[in-house]
Amino acid sequence: MRFNEAWLRQWANPEIDTDTLVRQITMAGLEVDAVEPAVPPFSGVVVARINSCRPHPDADKLRLCEVDDGSQVYPVVCGAPNAREGLVVPLAKVGAQLPGDLKIKKAKLRGEPSEGMLCGASELGLEDVIDGLLELPEDAPLGADIREYLQLNDTIIEVDLTPNRADCLSVRGVAREVGVLNRVALNEPEIAPVAAVIDDTFPITVEDTAGCPRYLGRVIRDVDVTAATPMWMVERLRRAGLRSIDPIVDVTNYVLLELGQPLHAFDLERLAGAVIVRQANSGETLLSLDDQTLALGDDTLVIADHNGPVALAGIMGGRPSAVGAQTRHLFLECAFFSPLAVVGRARAHGLHTDASHRFERGVDPALQWQAMERATALILEIAGGRPGPVTEQLDPASLPQPAVIELSAQRVTQLLGAPLDNDTIEDILGRLGMTLKTHAPGQWSVTAPSWRFDMAIQEDLIEELARVYGYDRIPSRVPAGSPADNAQPEATVPLRRVGDALRDLGYLEAITYSFVAPELLAKVDPLHQPLALLNPISADLGVMRTTLMAGLLNAAERNLNRQSDRLRLFETGLRFVPERDGLRQEPMVAGLLYGSALPAHWEQGRQRRGTDFYDLKGNVEALLTLSDPAAFSFHPGSHPALHPGQCAELRRGEQVVGHLGRLHPRLAAQLDLPAEIFLFELALAPLREGRLPRFETVSDQPRVRRDLAFVVDTDVAVGDLIAAVHGVCDERLRQVEVFDLYQGEHIEAGRKSLGLTLTFQDPSRTLRDAQVNDLVDTVVSQLKQQFNATLRD
Amino acid sequence: MENLESLVSAALVEVAGAGDARALDDVRVRYLGKKGEISALLKSLGGLSADERPQAGALINEAKQRVQTALEARRDALQEAALGEKLAAESLDVTLPGRGEHPGALHPVTRMRRRMEDFFLRLGFDIAEGPEVEDDFHNFEALNIPAHHPARAMHDTFYFGDGRLLRTHTSPVQIRVMENGKPPFRIIAPGRVYRCDSDITHTPMFHQLEGLLVDENITFADLKGTVAEFLKYVFEVDDLPVRFRPSYFPFTEPSAEVDVGCVSCGGQGCRVCSQSGWLEIMGCGMVHPKVLEHGGVDSTRYSGFAFGMGVERLTMLRYGVNDLRLFFENDARFLAQFA
Repeated sequence: MRFNEAWLRQWANPEIDTDTLVRQITMAGLEVDAVEPAVPPFSGVVVARINSCRPHPDADKLRLCEVDDGSQVYPVVCGAPNAREGLVVPLAKVGAQLPGDLKIKKAKLRGEPSEGMLCGASELGLEDVIDGLLELPEDAPLGADIREYLQLNDTIIEVDLTPNRADCLSVRGVAREVGVLNRVALNEPEIAPVAAVIDDTFPITVEDTAGCPRYLGRVIRDVDVTAATPMWMVERLRRAGLRSIDPIVDVTNYVLLELGQPLHAFDLERLAGAVIVRQANSGETLLSLDDQTLALGDDTLVIADHNGPVALAGIMGGRPSAVGAQTRHLFLECAFFSPLAVVGRARAHGLHTDASHRFERGVDPALQWQAMERATALILEIAGGRPGPVTEQLDPASLPQPAVIELSAQRVTQLLGAPLDNDTIEDILGRLGMTLKTHAPGQWSVTAPSWRFDMAIQEDLIEELARVYGYDRIPSRVPAGSPADNAQPEATVPLRRVGDALRDLGYLEAITYSFVAPELLAKVDPLHQPLALLNPISADLGVMRTTLMAGLLNAAERNLNRQSDRLRLFETGLRFVPERDGLRQEPMVAGLLYGSALPAHWEQGRQRRGTDFYDLKGNVEALLTLSDPAAFSFHPGSHPALHPGQCAELRRGEQVVGHLGRLHPRLAAQLDLPAEIFLFELALAPLREGRLPRFETVSDQPRVRRDLAFVVDTDVAVGDLIAAVHGVCDERLRQVEVFDLYQGEHIEAGRKSLGLTLTFQDPSRTLRDAQVNDLVDTVVSQLKQQFNATLRD
Repeated sequence: MENLESLVSAALVEVAGAGDARALDDVRVRYLGKKGEISALLKSLGGLSADERPQAGALINEAKQRVQTALEARRDALQEAALGEKLAAESLDVTLPGRGEHPGALHPVTRMRRRMEDFFLRLGFDIAEGPEVEDDFHNFEALNIPAHHPARAMHDTFYFGDGRLLRTHTSPVQIRVMENGKPPFRIIAPGRVYRCDSDITHTPMFHQLEGLLVDENITFADLKGTVAEFLKYVFEVDDLPVRFRPSYFPFTEPSAEVDVGCVSCGGQGCRVCSQSGWLEIMGCGMVHPKVLEHGGVDSTRYSGFAFGMGVERLTMLRYGVNDLRLFFENDARFLAQFA
């Protein structure tokens, strides 16, 4: 809502300056978005009359004018087509400073002296209604400063209104607020009924009275649509952001701004038979004012005549019945359309109009007669014409009824925590136009005025009380704290711990969009059909991710394109996996590694070891230490995005809870990424199930270490072998470590040598060699039997 | 005995001349060893009279002591020199870089989110979570935003076409928490939210932090105090100007928009605050009775406040990030700045 301050002050004029006013209405909930001067700064322009006007001897398009500012006459050369004798115009005198850094000096134009410049509207920051000089009324006082005369020392205020404050979508509405806040009375312009001078009416039928509880129509004959809209109106419209079109449209726009009531004027001669307010029939169309052919659905309220729709009710009129240069007679519409009949319809047709904006949010249902009379009077004043009587179609039952709200002072205090006494409550609500019936001290029945249709429940009134009383006057306190009763179990690993661990392992945390390109996701995770957005922001953000790997690969690509040569990224967040019994929104943690295993270091020279699978696995193992590492196991796995020979699945118990591995070379090629990218993705929930530490007696008994080298087939998984070693030993086997892995010379093809260090320790006594030997023998024979493992000499 | 002094002098000269520990030991053996020259003098004491013996003995012992002291001093000096050489040989260029992995960094939004969470965790709030693919009821209906409500137009919702949608705010978590528990409630819900909007100041995904406190006797004054303390904590400005402006959200009443004095210019007016001196930080209000009822809470007995704010906005203000889109480009050079 945009309006000029001078107009507002005509309605309500508190003794406060612009800054205070702006701050005050902002703090009352009418957030001021912009405060701008009505026109750019300029000086030295006065009202002057052209005393004489003759052609320039040396230039066809220029004329020599004698211009009188009331005290002196100046020669001015002027090129405007409407320069003529007797015309009153703005004169920028020598020394004037005009917008656009233009300074007026004495000059000679084609040999003729010129002392000043005659101005058109746009040269003063106003709207050009005609081509040429701004034509001022003949009685404009010569010599008056044009800024004073045209009230250009004015401010444009733009407020960003919340959807509940439709009552402020007019100068009157804002003025009411200003009046309430400053305890000043409203200066309502006198709006008297305009007496009919002809008997003409036009038939109105309202079929949908729920959508249109009240419809007023009036015929006005013999208007002059070529009449000029007065400058004061053009200026107010301009300052509100509207262009002057013709006097009829200008008046309807003016009344909309002034009172908040949208009106529509039809060309009476282009309406066939009657106006009917009804739902559109599917298949009907309407050529809109902005020349679009709108296909109407059967849920759209229209104004129709005998030939079909002529306007979208409460949104926009149609082109064929619009007022134009040929129009002689009007049918003026002023209706109350209910918000539910209008909301969403404009948007559905890609429209948003001043009328739809208001009707969607709600218009004062008691306003229509007043607005009709106001508009009629203004039309007659400007464009003449002979008005007929107003015809009303009314369904009182469908009009919104003002709610009667029970209010108790006790509830006010309970909700606000502020000491508003009964007098204050009554005073504020009274100023807001509410009527109060007191049942008992501190108990009221409150009825809101017709324009405050947003008042429905007690809390609505309490908000009004708080707002007018002043939010800043309500005390401030911190509620007493009480510790949460469902504290985190100690064994649950905090999510932060996971992020911290990865960060400390050198990772940067990424946050990627939860939606990704369907093509990318189809490559990374072809096994799942992702959930697709109906209205994605763009095609490459079209589907919900089923894996976090997709986003990390995007991020990697972006970084590699920016010459990043080493990358460690992780992300936590949901993945969205459609399943038969619903959508699984599963929290995951994923990581991506690329580049050298360690940061560049001078010792290594140029021979840096690249990241490999075991760097990746080491990081995953580090994460598992936060949880319950013994509960997890790694197994050869497969994942469409990962290298089939360098992919592990992580299990917790029997449950697969994640994958890790090298990017599949085929996928790398498809995505134009290097093949040396490593990825992991784990479900967070199993990772966050940790364990409580459990004390175990520290044994002082000596440890016995035995190094054993086994030769096994290359496809024997070391993990299986170690598990087998643990399987045949009791708790005296403390630890098994791999100290060597070798293939090559001295080992036959297809076999590998594996060095294991077994550490034995008895918790309570010293192990004898013989006991250790027995254990080792058991291990050797088990591995021989299970894996065809031989001891290496 | 007459050569005692010259023996000592000779010994001292040799001590001073000994170049290493071994040579020094040779000197010791030669003079002070069992068969050493000075030790030998002690044996000659037997030839002296009982009167002379103590005095001569004392002289010899004194001489021995002098040589011994010199020996020790020389040994120390030699050891010191040897250590010095060793140390010199071992010296490194300490200006060369160290070795090993350095920590990376949390995303700035995470960093800020944690800071925000910490304030409320101290006040006894729990962290609650909810689904991001939501249903219309929890995202709108239960929050008093029925179909056709004008507020829906402000939300630019992503839809899936089957009634589900991407949550446009973290407020649905309020409903889910209330549905699944009994008052009092004291929760915050940080998380991703989605709006179908993308330009220089909007990304289709961003983060909010929602808060809800429902209990007996909770008033607008509690809301004001909590929010003001929170903002002072976040920005570490004790006298931070905070103002509450009436506003409108369908799910709170009274509702307020909260502004803080611009932390960039101190309220003087700058580009960051569009010359206004104020920064709009968050929305809040007293929970609407209909929302409490949708959550199964008796609105005559309980009241509560709720608030919600954009994490990116606070992050940008706090760390001076000047472009929202940087948060989701995941450029390592950007991310690494928040270690």
